[in-house]
Amino acid sequence: MDLSVLRNLISRYCAGEEFWVDSRTVYIGHKEPPPGAEAYILQRYPDNRIVSSKYTLWNFIPKNLFEQFRRIANFYFLLIFLVQLIIDTPTSPITSGLPLFFVITVTAIKQGYEDWLRHKADCSINECPVNVVQQGAVVRTQSHKIRVGDVVMVREDETFPCDLILLSSSRDDGTCYVTTTSLDGESSHKTYYAVPDTISYITEREMDSLHATVECEQPQPDLYKFVGRINIYKEGEDPIARPLGAENLLLRGATLKNTEHIYAVAIYSGMDTKMALNYQSKSQKRSAVEKSMNVFLVAYLCLLISKAVINTVLKYTWQWSTNQDEPWYNHRTEIDRERHVVIRAFTDFLAFMVLFNYIIPVSMYVTVEMQKFLGSYFIAWDRDLYDEELGEGAQVNTSDLNEELGQVEYVFTDKTGTLTENRMEFIECCVDGHIYIPHAICNGQILSAASSIDMIDSSPGGYRRDHEDLFFRALCLCHTVQVKEEETVDGIKMGLHQGRPTSFYISSSPDEVALVEGMKRLGYTYLRLKDRYMEILNKDDEIERFELLHVLNFDSVRRRMSVIVKSSSGDYLLFCKGADSSVLPRVVSGKVEQVRARVEQNAVEGLRTLCVAYKKLSPEQYQDACHQLSHAKLALQEREQCLAQAYDIMERDLILLGATAVEDRLQEKAADTIESLHQAGMKVWVLTGDKMETAAATCYASKLFRRSTQILELTKKRTEEQSLHEVLFDLSRTVLKEHSLSGCSVDCQDYGLIIDGATLSAVLKPSLAGSGSANYRDIFLEICRNCSAVLCCRMAPLQKAQIVKLIKSSKERPITLAIGDGANDVSMILEAHVGIGIMGKEGRQAARNSDYAIPKFKHLKKILLVHGHFYYIRIAELVQYFFYKNVCFIFPQFLYQFFCGFSQQPLYDTAYLTLYNISFTSLPILLYSLIEKHVSIETLKRDPSLYRDVSKNSLLRWPVFLYWTCLGLFDACIFFFGAYFLFDNTTFTSNGQLMTTNTQMMFGNWTFGTLIFTVLVFTVTLKLALDTHHWTWINHFVIWGSLLFYVIFSLLWGGIIWPFLNYQRMYYVFMQMLSSGPAWLSIVLLIVVSLMPDVVKKVLCRTVWPTATERAQSNGPCVTVESSSIFVLSQSDSGLSF
Amino acid sequence: MMASSYNAKEDDGHPSVATGHGGAGTVKNKKPDNTAFKQQRLPAWQPILTAGTVLPAFFVIGLIFIPIGIGLFVTSNNIKEFEIDYTGVDISSPCFNCSQNYIWNSTTPCTCTLPFKLEQPFESNVFMYYGLSNFYQNHRRYVKSRDDSQLNGDQTSLKNPSKECEPYRTSDNRPIAPCGAIANSLFNDTLELFYIDPNGSKNAIPLVKKGIAWWTDKNVKFRNPGGNDNLTVVFKDTSKPVNWRKPVYELDPLDSGNNGFINEDFIVWMRTAALPTFRKLYRIIQKKTNNMTPTLPRGDYILEVTYNYPVRSFEGRKRMILSTISWMGGKNPFLGIAYITVGSVCFFLGIVLLIIHHKYGNRNNSADIPN
Repeated sequence: MDLSVLRNLISRYCAGEEFWVDSRTVYIGHKEPPPGAEAYILQRYPDNRIVSSKYTLWNFIPKNLFEQFRRIANFYFLLIFLVQLIIDTPTSPITSGLPLFFVITVTAIKQGYEDWLRHKADCSINECPVNVVQQGAVVRTQSHKIRVGDVVMVREDETFPCDLILLSSSRDDGTCYVTTTSLDGESSHKTYYAVPDTISYITEREMDSLHATVECEQPQPDLYKFVGRINIYKEGEDPIARPLGAENLLLRGATLKNTEHIYAVAIYSGMDTKMALNYQSKSQKRSAVEKSMNVFLVAYLCLLISKAVINTVLKYTWQWSTNQDEPWYNHRTEIDRERHVVIRAFTDFLAFMVLFNYIIPVSMYVTVEMQKFLGSYFIAWDRDLYDEELGEGAQVNTSDLNEELGQVEYVFTDKTGTLTENRMEFIECCVDGHIYIPHAICNGQILSAASSIDMIDSSPGGYRRDHEDLFFRALCLCHTVQVKEEETVDGIKMGLHQGRPTSFYISSSPDEVALVEGMKRLGYTYLRLKDRYMEILNKDDEIERFELLHVLNFDSVRRRMSVIVKSSSGDYLLFCKGADSSVLPRVVSGKVEQVRARVEQNAVEGLRTLCVAYKKLSPEQYQDACHQLSHAKLALQEREQCLAQAYDIMERDLILLGATAVEDRLQEKAADTIESLHQAGMKVWVLTGDKMETAAATCYASKLFRRSTQILELTKKRTEEQSLHEVLFDLSRTVLKEHSLSGCSVDCQDYGLIIDGATLSAVLKPSLAGSGSANYRDIFLEICRNCSAVLCCRMAPLQKAQIVKLIKSSKERPITLAIGDGANDVSMILEAHVGIGIMGKEGRQAARNSDYAIPKFKHLKKILLVHGHFYYIRIAELVQYFFYKNVCFIFPQFLYQFFCGFSQQPLYDTAYLTLYNISFTSLPILLYSLIEKHVSIETLKRDPSLYRDVSKNSLLRWPVFLYWTCLGLFDACIFFFGAYFLFDNTTFTSNGQLMTTNTQMMFGNWTFGTLIFTVLVFTVTLKLALDTHHWTWINHFVIWGSLLFYVIFSLLWGGIIWPFLNYQRMYYVFMQMLSSGPAWLSIVLLIVVSLMPDVVKKVLCRTVWPTATERAQSNGPCVTVESSSIFVLSQSDSGLSF
Repeated sequence: MMASSYNAKEDDGHPSVATGHGGAGTVKNKKPDNTAFKQQRLPAWQPILTAGTVLPAFFVIGLIFIPIGIGLFVTSNNIKEFEIDYTGVDISSPCFNCSQNYIWNSTTPCTCTLPFKLEQPFESNVFMYYGLSNFYQNHRRYVKSRDDSQLNGDQTSLKNPSKECEPYRTSDNRPIAPCGAIANSLFNDTLELFYIDPNGSKNAIPLVKKGIAWWTDKNVKFRNPGGNDNLTVVFKDTSKPVNWRKPVYELDPLDSGNNGFINEDFIVWMRTAALPTFRKLYRIIQKKTNNMTPTLPRGDYILEVTYNYPVRSFEGRKRMILSTISWMGGKNPFLGIAYITVGSVCFFLGIVLLIIHHKYGNRNNSADIPN
């Protein structure tokens, strides 16, 4: 046996995929290829059933429970519950079981409902009718019955049921139009092509006679990549092999448009389709608040364990003597006595854990989740984030990151479409240095063609005339724009002939539309592409026809595109347009210098420039090119490289024609927004694929760079002169020297850094020298940290993500935000802590992958400065308050253990233990965390520097956390010892007087606990009331309501002998307590004493060291009164009525 | 108490900008509603805690608390209280013998007599307590060792007490009534008071044993098992608690309204104390019908103790306390002192804040003017 075969086998088995092959072979119509063809491994494909649901009826309960208990918090509470069930614990299992059961049930119902909806959606998709060709007839069947290899017929406006290869269409040229709105949000029609050899099979019967196989790669999620090959077998002929690409593949979820029907073969079905593969959920992002919350939780867990350990140890020292352990009045049971002491100690430890476990409350998780979920609606509801033009408001894709919006330190923004409008306008073109400017357009109406050319330099010459013609034709031909007819019935020709704008252009690139429209205004109108002929209406109202032979598509590596056309005179022409840097080096003749000068001048003005060149091909050259192209297209593997190579060979020795300039206007208020972000202490970086000059101009326009900003350049141009090493050290010296001289960061010169993609990759490249690269990286980071603004140009999408990652993982771990609108920003949006998508023109991909989507860049200001700030202070208070109130709650129990022989006697009744976090103190804090506004929205917008007050997680740092915890401990001691001295009757008596019957009475341990609990509930609620700065009627209702609820509940709970309880320890306890004068007096006293330190601390801090926010609070109202005193007057009645 | 400013915003749903476009409402229904709640513009009271606003509050609290405290302190000082320890730890103590030779279930009761002297007369109703120290009535094992439904007169629980009562649930295969550790350890000393007239005669002071428990406990929570007025029959199949000398239906054979589970001494004992040192109401000495003489005139008294209850094994102490009460209950200087202290602290803080406010408040204001 051959060794290599063995090795192959082993590696296959090790990979765990026995039948794994790189490609799949599909028999169209399930017809076996004729014998003699290559033998293929038969594969099993899934059927076309889409399963997006997670559960079935049978596995719902176990699977859902498993999922829920995988969360560490739920698991912890489950453990506590189980411990309570198993051993003899002070509190009944109900106290922790009930809340846990509640949480689990609510979550399960929510998830179950969502899954049921998914099931329903799946069902309607899987059962939707489709037409399949079987034995020469169209059979109607259900979508989920489609198998790989079936030939499917799809009619107009139907959605493709699975991924299909187009075989033929009702159009003669074998094309069809498709919109992919539901896939990537682009509404433009895209053209898909059938392989020429199958176009002729246009009926079911003919389709049935097609004998072919499709070889293609295994399913992969990239929507825009597909490589395959079709083999067509005909009787008595050699099989024909044709390449298949993304332009042949119809994706599931897309819709057929403007085409009566098509025939296509299913190649990926069910969960293999590209749409299903793209449904994989994004990785979970966690906010900084959540992280610090978890840290605090661990701290409290340690506190809990140490409490339990301390108590267990003390218990066993205390009860060393039998008299303490088992006095005559209090014997153990026999079973208990027989247990080993170690087991007893362990049980005691667990019992203490159970007693104190409320310090980590279940309800905190629920409240935080609810706060995030409900709170996120305020973003979607905000009218200021609504864009009239787009008809859409902000969109929240995840509510987990609300508070992170208030923590942003670095903003990474895309330029095109984000800072700028991405609404391109053709400004001028330049042919051999002569400049043409079209007249301004009026409301989209095009002025008459003849008058619209304004020649600056009119010195006609044959050569120039020639180039001018070629230039305009080049721009009319070299694009992928489609013409969309408004009214197809009348016929397009007529409409266009009258010069009426009944048609408009659609393209995935707005630049192309701007160019073609600009050409129209200059007199050359692109009419349409018909039967591979492009029609142009020239200045003299004549229609010129060019046969479109090849399109060398645009890609971001080459940064140019070309077309090969055959003119009516029979010449083969190649037109190429692209970025100056990618076209100019390939030019052999033409007025390069003039054009280059103009291009650079335009770029400085912030215009987007393109160069146009052409090349005449001889028929031989053309044949050669054809051959190369088809060869490259046929390649199954590494087709991209082959194509790039072929393109590279063809796009050489060009003759420069001229250049164009297109303006991309800044979005409204972009400069204002950037300025606000700067004031708020954020660093704004612009990452763009554009060229340096254009990008820098935009940066100046958007006030990212000011006139006073000293620009540091780290570009390829500079590194060519000096070595990278020197440049880096040079820059860092400049920055650091200045920094150390002035000492303060406010007054010193601010720096702006410009870096381009090539240099960046050089900086980040892991060099073989080892230490050197890390060095570069650190120096680079050091420079960046000291620059107020950084511009990265010439970035590839992946480099954008790299930059974000670099900053994210630098040693301060700053919070980053990425904002962009295009597919090229998705990687950075996913990488940053917070990803914001702009619902832009370049499709919806960014918006779909983002955490929040907003219509315009200017909305970033409100979403960060106002919403982010609010969310942060709300959740910070929520977290701190939750820990505080549970320290107050549990610490008295801990202290009580010292007075009850460490017997785990609970201080409070079971009902109080259970309901404290669920109902007595839950609603006020939830409401606070939803609607608290410590300063007004206007103040926050007016004064962005307030954002600095909450930056770097300032409200959830250890000192603040310790303050809250100490406050909780202090309050707990006040509660406990206050009640203790009242009850301690070596010197004092604890008698009260029942006013009605004048009976003397004694208080027991439950009254003791109830007294403490009453003080506790009132204190923590009033503490929140003191923290509330924004009292609406809802706050009043909830805060006073929950106190009232506590009183009413206690009266009810103690007022009746509850038949289902086996103890009646709370019977009349609360009433008896309220009937005692000292109890009232001590409740008031203890509440005042507990609240006093916090009030004093607040007042002192505010007076002596006021923060900016606090200053704004005291100043804010005055300013509003001045500016809108009329409003205040008219509204004060409604305000006062609460 | 707080600085307040009424901040009312436009919440009437008519901002001038939005309604400008006529067709906007019909075409774009995605536009969020302009309600005050959704736009986070609910009218609100916005109090801010500043030195200026908190100052008066501190002074007011100080001014209210100090008089209350003085009142409480004076009232508490007017209450007369007398306490005597009769544990018998010392050899010199009259109860030393009783405490030493202690045997459960002894038939001959051990009695001891303690003379004491009241320096001041006790007016109005006087309350007599017994106090125990180092007795953990709040131990968890102890607290839960009872069956409330049995005590409420439930027949099934009477025959089959709750498991919580272990190991005081059954004896001799018969259910214990009342079961549990609390009932089992019922305080069973008998205390009697005698006044020694100046002429030397010994007068027994009438001690009222009714009205010492909560009314609701006696009438609702505790009930004898129904069906029969004859408690002997009702408790026929049950056993008395191990440490008791007589069964539950003989706690007060003379008064059927104070016998069985509704015996007030029993009810008082069943309300477990919060702390290991506690006192419980034992008897009430009603004031004389003629108001001329005090309830307990100053002079010599004798406390006669029937010593049944062992406490020395766990180093406990037993006391007898006599006390008058006021509107605020018994003697409790703590509340008064606490009120005075807190009031003074508030006053002091008020002054400190006043100084700070004057020093910093002006500075802040002047600093803010350029803004």
